[in-house]
Amino acid sequence: MHWLFEPGLFTSAPVRTALAVGTVAAVVSAVVGVFTILRGLAFAGHALTDVAATGGSGAVLVGASPLSGFLSGALIGAGAIAVSEGPESHHREIATGVVLSAATGLSALLLYLDATTTATTGVTQRVLFGSLFSTSASTVPLTVVLGTAVLVLTAVIARPLLLTSLSRELARARGIRVTLVSSAFLLIVAMAVGLSALTVGSLLSTALLVGPAAAAVRWTARIGRALLLASAIGVLSTWLGVVIAYDSYNWMPHQRSLPVGFSVVVVIVTVYLLSAMRTSGPRGDHRG
Amino acid sequence: MPDVLSIEHLTVSMHGRTILDDVSLTIRPGEFTGLIGSNGVGKTTLLRAILGLQRYESGSIAINGQPRTAQLDALGYVPQKISLDSDVPLRVIDFVTLGLDAERWGLRRRRRAQRDHVMATLESVGAAHLSTSRLSELSGGEQQRVFIAHALVRRPSLLLLDEPLANLDPRNVQEIVALLHRLSRDHQVAILLSAHEMNALLPFMDRVVYLTGGHCASGPTNEVVQTDVLSALYGHHVDVVQVHGRVFVIAEPNEATDNLPEHPTLTVR
Amino acid sequence: MINAWEVGTIVAVVAGVVGFVVVLRRDVFAAHVIPNGAFAGAAGASVVGWSPLVSLTVAAVATALGISGLRRYGQRDATTALVLVLALAIGSAFLSQSTQNASAAYGLLFGEILGASSASVGPLLLLGAVCIVAVLSRWRALLLSAVTPDVARAKGVSQGRLDSGFLIVVALATTLTVPVVGALLVFSLMVGPAAAAQLLVARPGRAMALATGFSVSIMWLALVAAYATEWPVGFFVASLSTLVYLGARLVTHWRATPRRSTAPTSHHQPTGRSS
Repeated sequence: MHWLFEPGLFTSAPVRTALAVGTVAAVVSAVVGVFTILRGLAFAGHALTDVAATGGSGAVLVGASPLSGFLSGALIGAGAIAVSEGPESHHREIATGVVLSAATGLSALLLYLDATTTATTGVTQRVLFGSLFSTSASTVPLTVVLGTAVLVLTAVIARPLLLTSLSRELARARGIRVTLVSSAFLLIVAMAVGLSALTVGSLLSTALLVGPAAAAVRWTARIGRALLLASAIGVLSTWLGVVIAYDSYNWMPHQRSLPVGFSVVVVIVTVYLLSAMRTSGPRGDHRG
Repeated sequence: MPDVLSIEHLTVSMHGRTILDDVSLTIRPGEFTGLIGSNGVGKTTLLRAILGLQRYESGSIAINGQPRTAQLDALGYVPQKISLDSDVPLRVIDFVTLGLDAERWGLRRRRRAQRDHVMATLESVGAAHLSTSRLSELSGGEQQRVFIAHALVRRPSLLLLDEPLANLDPRNVQEIVALLHRLSRDHQVAILLSAHEMNALLPFMDRVVYLTGGHCASGPTNEVVQTDVLSALYGHHVDVVQVHGRVFVIAEPNEATDNLPEHPTLTVR
Repeated sequence: MINAWEVGTIVAVVAGVVGFVVVLRRDVFAAHVIPNGAFAGAAGASVVGWSPLVSLTVAAVATALGISGLRRYGQRDATTALVLVLALAIGSAFLSQSTQNASAAYGLLFGEILGASSASVGPLLLLGAVCIVAVLSRWRALLLSAVTPDVARAKGVSQGRLDSGFLIVVALATTLTVPVVGALLVFSLMVGPAAAAQLLVARPGRAMALATGFSVSIMWLALVAAYATEWPVGFFVASLSTLVYLGARLVTHWRATPRRSTAPTSHHQPTGRSS
């Protein structure tokens, strides 16, 4: 097995941290991700990873903890989207786009100020692409706690959320507070995304949110199984990606290993493509 | 027994226009009522007002003698159409089970009795064989049956259907109406369904509510469905004929007079 | 300095026109993903050995085709997200292998209009003209398919081909715009003005003109502000674009609030309530 597991893989502390943190992020993202694509919120989910990154840049500038930056960025972004989308989600796509563009503009400024006022270099790359391998081991307990909180919250609103996702009218007629449930879920996405963007980077955060869930729902119509399958796909993709990235140090020219974000994403996208081909080819999309 | 539905002097306005003006009507337990009117006249608005999805300016709505919020279980709703993404991970049986407890927080504990009840409901609408199919893979007619099951699973006192016959071919229309009638008898549930054409409903309707110009006129079917009454309602000549023992109404497509006539049989409100 | 105005104006006009159709088709996510894909290409330029502009264009077009191809296989937003992460992943891989420094990446992401060379105006004008002509030539089909896709299909407009074609136009517009406002903010110039215009004006032709007017004004103001403060142009473009959109939302909200001008009748007591 030496060709796959290069020497030092499992004894390396950064790798162990990466696997631990990556696993938590993968599971939380997968569970939230299934509901995210059910509600057609993939764009909002991605937008929130970028908004979280903006929060991260801001935190670096004022010297606050990255976690607080990422989380508050994501939560503020979610709040802005919820408020501006209007009661019937008419404006949601546009509102998401505007929030994203505002946050990105702010990012431009913050990164510029970071570069000119502090001594940190490569902040741009780091904040945007993150680095799973450079997450410190001290974040693991906090990650587990926050991740569990997100899962518990999701479980609490699961049933009203499901019905609301199918038909707002049916849900309202049952006395479900549709706006409350929708906003609560956006906040859940924000927390999941803030957490994972911090630990695995914005790029991977989106990939883990959308990819495993999108693949899983092709295989099963049972929501419980979709959640489990998505989690499994997410975790396995992360592990495989970590292994490949670690090993690539020896494969690539110039002895520069591939970024772990790249390898995990490639695995996730491959799994999705295989899942997508499973059904009989192109079909019409009912909800555009 | 209190009326299942009692609407008094309901007025609804939207965008400055009065859609429903001083509408009153009652539905008794188990009654099969057709809400008839042309497109855009306010049938959907009336149904939505009953369900609490539409504000109203004045009037009152009582379900089993109580305000709607105290009787949320008593209403079942089948909307006209729900658009579904093809990947939605929900099976028919899960969707109908959601009909039982969607508003509850937390995860559901599996209960055998619950599952049996859901399957029995699916049986009664003729969709038991679809229980493990993906909701988005059903045909239009199958989806409609499943939505009826979803609305029926809590044994409501009143089932509200918004234009269920609009997109069906004649044979399916007959099947659905017959199904609804049978369900109404089997489960003692009153039915209020909206349609723009009443012929398919005639064999089964107990009561006709006719909506035009914001007002409604209602009466028992056998009294309303008479040539003179309908002609007065529609504002032009209408024929009521009997063919092979079945009653048919033949009317011109365009009608609409805003003034409801006086007629001894009609309760005009 | 003069050149920045010319370049900026051309870019803003194209962004206004193309962005208008993007917002019309509610395809905002794709307009965000394509520039990111372009970025990946530009990042790869030094690794692969192509000129940055060429690899930018190739990457943008490839992303556009990837999006329109993949979205037939699944939910629209989810598949678009996957194309995005793949493009960014490839971009990050290129970056890791290249010897480019961080500031070059920053320039690609957030724009460097102040460095636009005089040689670029001619080709920019041509590319911009191509984009605008392409949009106007399929104007009716685009309009129809955005409003009623079924009717458009019935009239023989292939939705798939229209989608691919339009996304390629977006890719070309992106190529134009990325060097100026940066990959991450192209879509800010495309979305904000167009969304605001569509809220304020109902007729498509006029709305498009308004959108273009907004985007050009935003660009000019951003240039002035960037020169004055030395802060990045992209920041001003995004902030102004957001303000314009918020302004339009406010105006729409005020318009929608009904005026209490009708005389009260004893009939209409506001005793009713919903839900």
